[in-house]
Amino acid sequence: MNLEKVVFGFFIVLALTLNFGFFIGEFDNPGHHNVYELFFAIVVNLIATVLKFGDRTQIGAVLLATSLVADLQLIAAAIVWGYAVQVSPAGMEPTVMSSIVSLSGGALLANVTSVVLLIIETINLRR
Amino acid sequence: MNKVIFIFLRRMRAPLLVIIIAYAVSILGMVLIPGTDAEGNPWRMDFFHAFYFVSYMATTIGFGELPFEFNDAQRMWTVVSIYLTVIGWLYAIGKILSLIQDPAFKQAVVEQSFARGVRDMSESFFIICGYGDTGSLLVRAMAQREMRTVVVDHNPERINELELEDLHLYVPGLCADASLTSSLQAAGLQHRNCAGVVALTDDDQVNLKIAITTKLLHPGSKVICRAETRDAEINMASFGTDSVINPYDTFAHRLALALHSPGTHLLYEWLTGVPETPLPVPLYPPHGTWVLCGYGRFGKAVKENLDREGVNTVIVEVDPEGTGCAGFCVVGRGTEAETLRAAGVEHAAGIVAGTDNDANNLSIVMTAAELNPDMFMVARQNKRDNHEIFQAALLDLVMQRSKIIARDIFAMITTPLLDDFLRLILEQSNDWANEQISRLTAVVRESVPDIWYFPVEESHSPALLGVLDKGGCVHINDLTRDSRDREEPLSCVPLLLKRKDHESVLFPQGEVSLRPGDQLLFAGRIGAWERMKWTLQNRNALRYVQTGKEAATGYFWKKFVRENSRL
Repeated sequence: MNLEKVVFGFFIVLALTLNFGFFIGEFDNPGHHNVYELFFAIVVNLIATVLKFGDRTQIGAVLLATSLVADLQLIAAAIVWGYAVQVSPAGMEPTVMSSIVSLSGGALLANVTSVVLLIIETINLRR
Repeated sequence: MNKVIFIFLRRMRAPLLVIIIAYAVSILGMVLIPGTDAEGNPWRMDFFHAFYFVSYMATTIGFGELPFEFNDAQRMWTVVSIYLTVIGWLYAIGKILSLIQDPAFKQAVVEQSFARGVRDMSESFFIICGYGDTGSLLVRAMAQREMRTVVVDHNPERINELELEDLHLYVPGLCADASLTSSLQAAGLQHRNCAGVVALTDDDQVNLKIAITTKLLHPGSKVICRAETRDAEINMASFGTDSVINPYDTFAHRLALALHSPGTHLLYEWLTGVPETPLPVPLYPPHGTWVLCGYGRFGKAVKENLDREGVNTVIVEVDPEGTGCAGFCVVGRGTEAETLRAAGVEHAAGIVAGTDNDANNLSIVMTAAELNPDMFMVARQNKRDNHEIFQAALLDLVMQRSKIIARDIFAMITTPLLDDFLRLILEQSNDWANEQISRLTAVVRESVPDIWYFPVEESHSPALLGVLDKGGCVHINDLTRDSRDREEPLSCVPLLLKRKDHESVLFPQGEVSLRPGDQLLFAGRIGAWERMKWTLQNRNALRYVQTGKEAATGYFWKKFVRENSRL
């Protein structure tokens, strides 16, 4: 067993599960989407991105790209959230919530791709 | 992926993870700890404010406790966060600094900028392997002519010299072993603009390897090699190396040329010199007995050439057995008066100080000058640094190996026909050479002429070819007229006309008419070439120099002229 692979796999899958946990629920209901979950999704995604740095293989490059996409989407979601709560006079509205959730949905897709790639790589190893 | 970024990311993995985790822990703590707002109501920091607070705290900017004053629990957590994040940052910055200092990283940065320099070459360029005395002279001369070069040398000091050199073109330099195929490839051997490779390292084996690699990987390109032994020379020539230059032979040959036909030698010097520098003065080495100090590779080549000229030589050599001249030489270094006297220096016509030690060579000629001030003095200069002292010694001829090779190679690279021309003039008599020199002097006056070459082809001389294709006739002296005023001749002389069937005419007459596929070599003053180019490429200019008439260019005007001529 390779500890590096364990940590790597752990963070990639955790990024997906947290992302999924945040995403699931009624689309525009703020009560169904936890801000802590978004926070952890961002942190774990960032860690997963850094872990992918320096892999020169083709699959490593694609993994890094999917992670960067997920980061971008989640950070965009966080910025929208922050803007709605702190700056916008109307506060958190269902329409804003739905755009946050849809952004995180995009990130979810990228994370799914990451995990699929990870599984493909693992299967190809055959050991 | 880019190597530099790759190394950077790989090394920065740990510090970035530390920073992300430190931030995450600090932000989460700030959010979870209950606080109070200005009115004393329970309030919890949200993620936005927590991120804002941690960002300025971690970077030690410190705006204070925002948005509301902290309670003790929050302050406690802030203390923990400060140490956590600041240490994280210090770790990351320290890592970046040590990474920049890292030799592997530096090497990667240098290699990358070199690779970019080579990749971006948009004009044809030459790869120069070996940046010693010869290499640096060659690169400098080529840069003056706006020709691009790429340098490969295994000695890092020389590459540093290249970087400090004040060339007005960017010359990428790679510190690598040129005998490795990968180094040559990195230097752009397979680049579509690579015109050729010049192998100037001081190791014959390395030069040989470079020549073979180039011939195999980039068959169309030109290869010019330096070889110090006959074996290597023959070996290189055997697989189609374009030119092999043996430094010892080359300059012994040049000395012999100066002896037997000073005119030809002078012509040679003029045409291979750096344009716009003062013209070299003619040399008249005396015939008579010559004293030859040093019987190494240079000495042997000189003796061979002098023997061919029928000149008697006396050899002075410190190690007769090692150099194979035992029995017919004076034993000694030549630096002391006794040895020179024994060699008969008082009655000799000339002396050649040809050892591989510059100090000894100077000592030989100075001692000899005291014994016989009238003799013709030739010294071999090995190191370029010693240029000043050799100049100060007021010798008749200084043989600087690197300069001779660099000039020869430069001539070969810049003007393809010059090589043919120089070979052909060697077969001519000295009187012939003197005649041509007087012709050239009338045109170029005091400075070394510019040399140029062009073929009668669509790419180089479309106007000229256009006239020939229509059955017209163009003479050489049409081209040597000024396209601004045809009564004024351009200051230039045609040196060589090479026909398609390899027939060559030296100094062709002005009445000779040109044919498609001809190649021409001219010498003249700087600026004359630009004027001639105009004639070659612009049909109206060509028409003007041929007939003296300004041609009608527009549709309307052409029609008008035609109608008028019909009347």
